Amino acid sequence: MTLLNVDKVGKRFPMGGILSRRHVDAVVDVSFALEAGRPEILTIIGESGSGKTTLARMILGLETPTEGAIVFDGQSVADIRSRAARLDFMRRVQPVFQNPFEAFNPLKQVDRYLEATARTLLGLKDRTAIDAAMDDALQKVGLSLREIKGRFAHELSGGQLQRVAIARALIPNPSLLIADEPVSMVDASLRMSIVNLLRDLRTNLNVTVIYITHDLATAYYFSDRIIIMQKGHVVEQGPARVILDTPEHPYSQLLKASVLAIDNPGRGELELADRSVAELAWSQTGQGRLVERADGRSVRVAGSG
Amino acid sequence: MAEYKNILTVSGLKAYYKLDHFGITREVRAVDDITLSIRENEIYGIAGESSSGKTTLIKVLAAAIRPPLRIVEGSMTYRFGDKVIDPYKAGKDEVDAIRWKNLSYVMQGSMSVLNPVRRIRKSFEDFAFRPMGLPTREFWGRVETHLKRLNLSPDTLNSYPHELSGGMRQRMTIALATVCQPQFIIADEPTTALDVVVQKDVLVMLRDVQKQMGSSVVFVTHDMSVHANMADRIGIMYAGRLVEEGPTRTLFTAPKHPYTAHLVASLPRIGDRSPKAALEGRPPNLSDPPPGCRFHPRCPLAIDKCKVSVPPLEIVGESHRSACWRSDDVRPLTRFEGVREETL
Repeated sequence: MTLLNVDKVGKRFPMGGILSRRHVDAVVDVSFALEAGRPEILTIIGESGSGKTTLARMILGLETPTEGAIVFDGQSVADIRSRAARLDFMRRVQPVFQNPFEAFNPLKQVDRYLEATARTLLGLKDRTAIDAAMDDALQKVGLSLREIKGRFAHELSGGQLQRVAIARALIPNPSLLIADEPVSMVDASLRMSIVNLLRDLRTNLNVTVIYITHDLATAYYFSDRIIIMQKGHVVEQGPARVILDTPEHPYSQLLKASVLAIDNPGRGELELADRSVAELAWSQTGQGRLVERADGRSVRVAGSG
Repeated sequence: MAEYKNILTVSGLKAYYKLDHFGITREVRAVDDITLSIRENEIYGIAGESSSGKTTLIKVLAAAIRPPLRIVEGSMTYRFGDKVIDPYKAGKDEVDAIRWKNLSYVMQGSMSVLNPVRRIRKSFEDFAFRPMGLPTREFWGRVETHLKRLNLSPDTLNSYPHELSGGMRQRMTIALATVCQPQFIIADEPTTALDVVVQKDVLVMLRDVQKQMGSSVVFVTHDMSVHANMADRIGIMYAGRLVEEGPTRTLFTAPKHPYTAHLVASLPRIGDRSPKAALEGRPPNLSDPPPGCRFHPRCPLAIDKCKVSVPPLEIVGESHRSACWRSDDVRPLTRFEGVREETL
């Protein structure tokens, strides 16, 4: 049984006016599937402009793919029209955004977001039932309603606020959580609390997480599978540890070489990534096709491969 | 102990935000009793989480404070060659004279500090023309040589900021801050919004500039992996105080403050899937900090003494200071395989 099937999906944005129309291919031919009943953390890695956020927005139904289809639990995401179907979809798939300070209105108490979610998605009307649902979700992220009630965004730390954002997403008990760079705006000291939380959601609550990031170190720490994207193309996808230990595509190698090593602190051994690798990575953008390897990964290989 | 020439000496500095509305006075102690010195030709990293007072500290160092932020106590002295100056005691003209020429500032979110409606050439003119005091032609010659040295094409001077990528803009602001060859550069989170590939480019460039000019850089970021690769010495800030300071390698391999030990241990690394614990709790509210050691509510080693009396920043090794009552009991939580025992 497939939970989410992304089949040869592409997104092309038109740019410019009528006379100077150009196109930008944000996502090209991306395919992957998530199995129901087998929760996992799927990481999508790429730098700014590699199309990872566009892909996430398409899965959430916020953009319509120009090619291919995204099917969630037998239902094509692009065909969701009615409000009832939309709400039903939102009960199953929930987003967590990058910057918690921007995601919450500074003039609104944060528990009002939780309450609104409980009312619309769970259809609760009774005060005690709403509070119970809110408290339940907050407990899952290590907070409680007593701590959060009546607080404004500026009264909470970045890490706490991001946990509230995750708690809000957990209210309808979704099966899929899409977290778009959930830790890049959170302090390094609090980063691991969010990362550990996402890992626990997978292990204990059977939530599948699509984790979008450009941070290879956290991806290595907790993801099961990764997809590496460059300028809208998938260049390598497969088991996380295999790929990050021995990246095969030059772009994956470039990404790994750009991670700041801390194994030898204070020696200032900071060197640019090998130019030839970087140039090879850029020259091969989108060329060739994905070829499967024996260790379970697929790599984009130039030429007929 | 080796002798170092200091370019900046700060002693007992306190800078508070003082708000006085309708008879209610609130005081936010963002920088509380900080004593440190920055040596010539070094990169000094300042680490700490949000609201630990990092940005306030460097605003104070840059002599760029505005009410309600006020200096309550302490002194701060710059030594540029033979010129000794305390920006808070000197007159406005004297401070203007050192600004950009001796002391420059790469601002936080430099992605968006360039004026969007002026060509970058104009920003260079606004910032650097007067401090350099050169004839026009010589000035542009100097700017172009500087850009070439940083592997930037002088043609980019004619573009508008929106025409450049984020990393390129960031490199332009670093070029702008270093064009006068200042002896002291303050960099506030210069790479936070950039992605990994670009981040490394910018860091390498900043290091190269520092090496070529031999200036001192104060580098602020909350990302310890950046400090590991950039800084010669690191100062760790927690809730407005400096809690530990020492050579980068020492702080990573043999920290003497539980907060530092934790910061280092929580760094994820490729090739390491062992569980990493996060520090529980939240940073204290600076308008009402906890008594005693400000870290005690989150500290795994806290004893009763920590709740009542503030630990002083004491020397615990060569160039190594720590503010913890139990600094002898702090053990590093991470092992570094590349580090041999003798260097510890």
